[in-house]
Amino acid sequence: MYPSRFGYEAPTDIDTAIGLLAEGQGEAKVLAGGQSLVPMLKLRFASPDLLVDINGLPGLDHLRVEDDGSIRIGALCRHADLERSEVLVAKQPTMAAVAPLVADPLVRTRGTLVGSLCHADPQGDWASVVTALDGHVVAQGVDGRRTISIKDFVSGPFQTTLRPDEIAVEAVIPAPVGAPAGGYLKLERRVGDFATAGVAVAVETTGANVTKAGIALTGVGGSTIDASAAAESLTGGPLTAAGIERAADLAAEAARPFSDHRGSAEYKRHIVHTFVVRLLRRIAEAEEKAA
Amino acid sequence: MTAVDEIKIGGMGANRRRVEDDRFIRGRGNYVDDIVLPGMLHMEILRSPLAHARITSIDASKAWEIPGVRLVLTGEMMASRNLAWMPTLSYDTQAVLATDKVRFQGQEVAAVVADDPYIAKDACEAIVVEYEPLPPIVNPTQALAEGAPVIRDDKENQHDNVTFDWEVGDRDGTDRAFAEADVVSKISMHYPRSHPSPIECCGSIADFDRSTSKLTVYMTSQAPHIIRAAVALVAELPEHMIRIVSPDLGGGFGNKVPVYPGYVISILASILLEQPVKWIEDKTGNLISTGFGRDVYLEGELALRQDGRILGVRMHTVSDHGAFFSDAQPSKFKIGLMHSAFACYDIPAAHLTARGVYTNKAPGGVAYRCSFRVTEAMYFQERMVQAAADDLGMDQAEFRRVNLVRDDDFPHRTPFGFLTDSGQYGKCLDIGLAAIDYEGFLKAKEEAKAKGRLLGIGISTMTEPLGAGNSREYDILGIKMFDSAELRVHMTGKAILRTGAKTQGQGHETTWAQIVAHELGIPAEDITVEEGDTDTAPFGMGTYASRSTPVAGAAVAMVSRKIKAKARKLAAHLLEVSEEDVEWELGRFYVRSAPDQGVTIQECAMAAYSNMPDGMEPGLENNAYYDPPNLTWPFACYIVTVEVDPGTGVWDVLDVVAVDDCGVRINPMIVEGQIMGGLTEAYAMASMQFITFDAEGNCIGSNYMDYLLPTAWETPGFQLHEVVTPCPHHPIGAKGIGECATVGGPAAFVNAVMDALKGTGVRNIDMPLLPDRVYGAIQTGQDVSGAPPVKTGS
Amino acid sequence: MTSLFTEISPEPEHGVATRRVTITVNGERKAAEIEPRLLLAHLLRQGLGLTGTHTGCDTTNCGACTVLFDGVPLKSCTMLAVQADGHEVTTIEGLATASELSPVQEGFKQEHGLQCGFCTPGMMMTATALLAENPDPTEDEVRWALSGNLCRCTGYQNIVKAVLWAAAKQRGEAVETDDGSVP
Repeated sequence: MYPSRFGYEAPTDIDTAIGLLAEGQGEAKVLAGGQSLVPMLKLRFASPDLLVDINGLPGLDHLRVEDDGSIRIGALCRHADLERSEVLVAKQPTMAAVAPLVADPLVRTRGTLVGSLCHADPQGDWASVVTALDGHVVAQGVDGRRTISIKDFVSGPFQTTLRPDEIAVEAVIPAPVGAPAGGYLKLERRVGDFATAGVAVAVETTGANVTKAGIALTGVGGSTIDASAAAESLTGGPLTAAGIERAADLAAEAARPFSDHRGSAEYKRHIVHTFVVRLLRRIAEAEEKAA
Repeated sequence: MTAVDEIKIGGMGANRRRVEDDRFIRGRGNYVDDIVLPGMLHMEILRSPLAHARITSIDASKAWEIPGVRLVLTGEMMASRNLAWMPTLSYDTQAVLATDKVRFQGQEVAAVVADDPYIAKDACEAIVVEYEPLPPIVNPTQALAEGAPVIRDDKENQHDNVTFDWEVGDRDGTDRAFAEADVVSKISMHYPRSHPSPIECCGSIADFDRSTSKLTVYMTSQAPHIIRAAVALVAELPEHMIRIVSPDLGGGFGNKVPVYPGYVISILASILLEQPVKWIEDKTGNLISTGFGRDVYLEGELALRQDGRILGVRMHTVSDHGAFFSDAQPSKFKIGLMHSAFACYDIPAAHLTARGVYTNKAPGGVAYRCSFRVTEAMYFQERMVQAAADDLGMDQAEFRRVNLVRDDDFPHRTPFGFLTDSGQYGKCLDIGLAAIDYEGFLKAKEEAKAKGRLLGIGISTMTEPLGAGNSREYDILGIKMFDSAELRVHMTGKAILRTGAKTQGQGHETTWAQIVAHELGIPAEDITVEEGDTDTAPFGMGTYASRSTPVAGAAVAMVSRKIKAKARKLAAHLLEVSEEDVEWELGRFYVRSAPDQGVTIQECAMAAYSNMPDGMEPGLENNAYYDPPNLTWPFACYIVTVEVDPGTGVWDVLDVVAVDDCGVRINPMIVEGQIMGGLTEAYAMASMQFITFDAEGNCIGSNYMDYLLPTAWETPGFQLHEVVTPCPHHPIGAKGIGECATVGGPAAFVNAVMDALKGTGVRNIDMPLLPDRVYGAIQTGQDVSGAPPVKTGS
Repeated sequence: MTSLFTEISPEPEHGVATRRVTITVNGERKAAEIEPRLLLAHLLRQGLGLTGTHTGCDTTNCGACTVLFDGVPLKSCTMLAVQADGHEVTTIEGLATASELSPVQEGFKQEHGLQCGFCTPGMMMTATALLAENPDPTEDEVRWALSGNLCRCTGYQNIVKAVLWAAAKQRGEAVETDDGSVP
């Protein structure tokens, strides 16, 4: 309930923030929403020397659809902003599906998508969605900005490939080429629970054919699972019952769940399978209706 | 002048809005953690990370060095003052701070007192404790196995892990019934460990004042007088120099009845430092170490006749009490009122054997929103009944109807020997079935099944004993379980009422005044109600096990009647007639032969101070100590419908119907609030809420990420109905209600899910019915046990 | 407040850094010298004596500590007090004016939306924020908005009724005001 001592700075420009992180040499942590970091401080699972509070940095709270159709989510864009966004429902249904399922409504007023990616909890919902959508993170450090694909962003449970001096300033979802469809299903025992298992499915279709697909899994491995084989099996043709089943099989195979008090590994694998089928069927049915 | 309207003055039956709300909605509640005393220090407890280990060394030197630390206490320091161990409410002993061994994960090992809790926590982290791990026991089977390590090797004559063996009923008669049975229905199950988990954790502010030699302890206690007695015993301070004050409590549900080590340590710390010491535990401390509920295993059998009559009941229970047997329950009943099971059914023979065991887990358990194991009793009962009906191929409602005690069969001797005085169980069931549209649902279920959807309906009917209890049979540590009320009427007819109960959200400040209004015609808003300060409140055994309305409420009625008797004499004096010529209507005495000649109760009160008849003692006040002649027997029928998703094992509640009879309802709004709260706890336990342990003895469920409470989103809505059968022996015909839905509810939810799974071959899934358990059961057709896993191999 | 006397804290421990913050709490500017690790909930409760905001867990689950931060509801146990520098915090003590309770406060009493009262401040702050954004919520919307606030006593049904009552009153509609004394 009571954190140990740490230093605290609240810079008002990004270069100062980066400088503080660089000085900290890995013992400084960025504080944005704080909805994952502060609980860890309270339980003393984390005891950094310095917190660098970035809430005062300008120009980071955007949720913007660019002209090219890509979506840029700033480091200070809150989950609640994403939940409320009507443009997201229209442009990226997969993201719209997950926004209300992150934690609970109060945590969502403060927590951030980018923060969630940086926290790299294997049970983080956003990481699966951003993975399924083939997104990337823009990081800024002493050497300037760079782009890190989401698939290269997480290096293990609660570990990212950000350098100690870097701040993730935004997440970017690439512009869809075909018509985007998708969703997120999460088995949670109640609101605010971590996922027993979660599945993000994102597809783009041109005509009847799936031109791009992404499937990523929450809570069934040491980090977010990119079920790329399952996704690839869907591209190049329409969604069929057999194709859906095959993709679900491959996704379940890709999962590496642990047995724990949320369920056995077999059960979690089964949920992955079931959710992939349900999501893809829903997409297929919606397409049929539209056609 | 006419009688006042009872509803207008906030008498019985009024949905009087609550007095206590005025401060709570303004954020002006006075909970223990809100209280600040001059010079107050803060205490934190260091807890054991291991479930079973010898302590080889404790080095607190670094902790003492931290600026702001005032005191570091270890078991050794407590032992030198004879305070390392304390007696429990069940005649066992419990470690205050561990000395030789730790016996459960989370056990108190050291304590730090500092200027603020942050520093106290820093200092706790600086204490270095060396442990030598011992094999942990997490499961009664392990505890009872040959060669199992003895957990309580501190006790001289303890050579195993058994706390007690107990039995009740008629063994021979029951054996005969089973021999004659057409069908024997058997079922085994585990009612998992659960925790009352009020949102507010436990805590105390101990304030020993050297100048007066008086100890005042502000404390989260549902039973402040019991605490005063316990502190007098443990700390060897004189009883009159101990004042326990329980201010506003953020929920209790039984969790705030026991005496916890934190209270004792804070008291000692205050005595040593001569400054107030505040200890407020965190949620982890609360969940991992304080009074849990349940954790009982059942082997149950019903002897059945082909036509559906139950001929006999056999129950064998094994209860897991953790490392110390600290149950707060009547001393004569080792497994509480488990033998109240089947009280609503007419069954000629029954036999119960019960065994309690020690394990490496938190000590307990408490009566978690129940009347001493009655939750387990009624859950086991309705699960056994469900299985029996299925075994006979009978409809669930019909099977119950065949066996329920009939309305005209009272007083009735229950299978295990209780005496029930009244009931309309059949009517309760009828109302419930009609409300849920039983026949309609059964049809819908069939139709859904054809489409691959699994619907289910679950029934739970029960009567349970509330209001412990009569002095012949009920005592805790030898203290009888009466309760009390003291009423003083001021000269202008306003009054102050104090009782020995202690509200934690039940609304006593509102409802007790309604009883007085009913008896005396004094408007409820003219009556101040106080509870919780042992210096001013008359002695009572506190509020838990739904005993307040049955016992303290009765005392409130009785003291009001004593006041009324004196007021009648004053009225006669004022009206200048003899007492026999005086009649009463609500709020007013009048002359029988001249009804418009009368005096109000307020005028009588004034007379008690200014115009007494010769020889009468002035004043208008009295007290009453009520020893209930019997328990009260509320009864209920709960029906739940669900849909189970066979693909995931997730189930959703469709409808919940509750039909409750708690006798006369003092404040129907508050009664309904209690029922809805109880139904939510029932839903929670059935679906997600439990504490378990891994094979290493690590507690899973020691914080709100793992100990799941349903939110407003999952919690279903409730449809409430009432039956009113006044309790024949209670002064106002009331019974208890606080726990009924928690007691009877879980089986309705579980029976519904099991009904949806009918045909899969599954007989039992232990609560909570988590998705993976339900799914696993559907897939394998096998029962699912929730008992903690046992480590295999060495 | 008086300038006659200000208690000076004992010398802070060598090396312990503190920060001066200014936070507007219930409309009043408050200045304090605090350690960064101090949680906002504790500044409110212990520092400012505003004990209406409660703490009920240690894992950011229960919501008893909910306050409004620049009008937005959040869990004050999961924010460092230093982060509130320059911001506005509203607690339950700030809901009523000198003469009147807010509709949410009235609704909770009218509809029996509380029993022990411990979760109530958090519930009311979340409800207040909900109604500011959505003056006519459905029952589902109310339950969804409150799903970050746990209650053990009421079973939520009356809390939902209380919020809907408050919404109706705020919209200027007629509401039930019988305090139980109408026969």
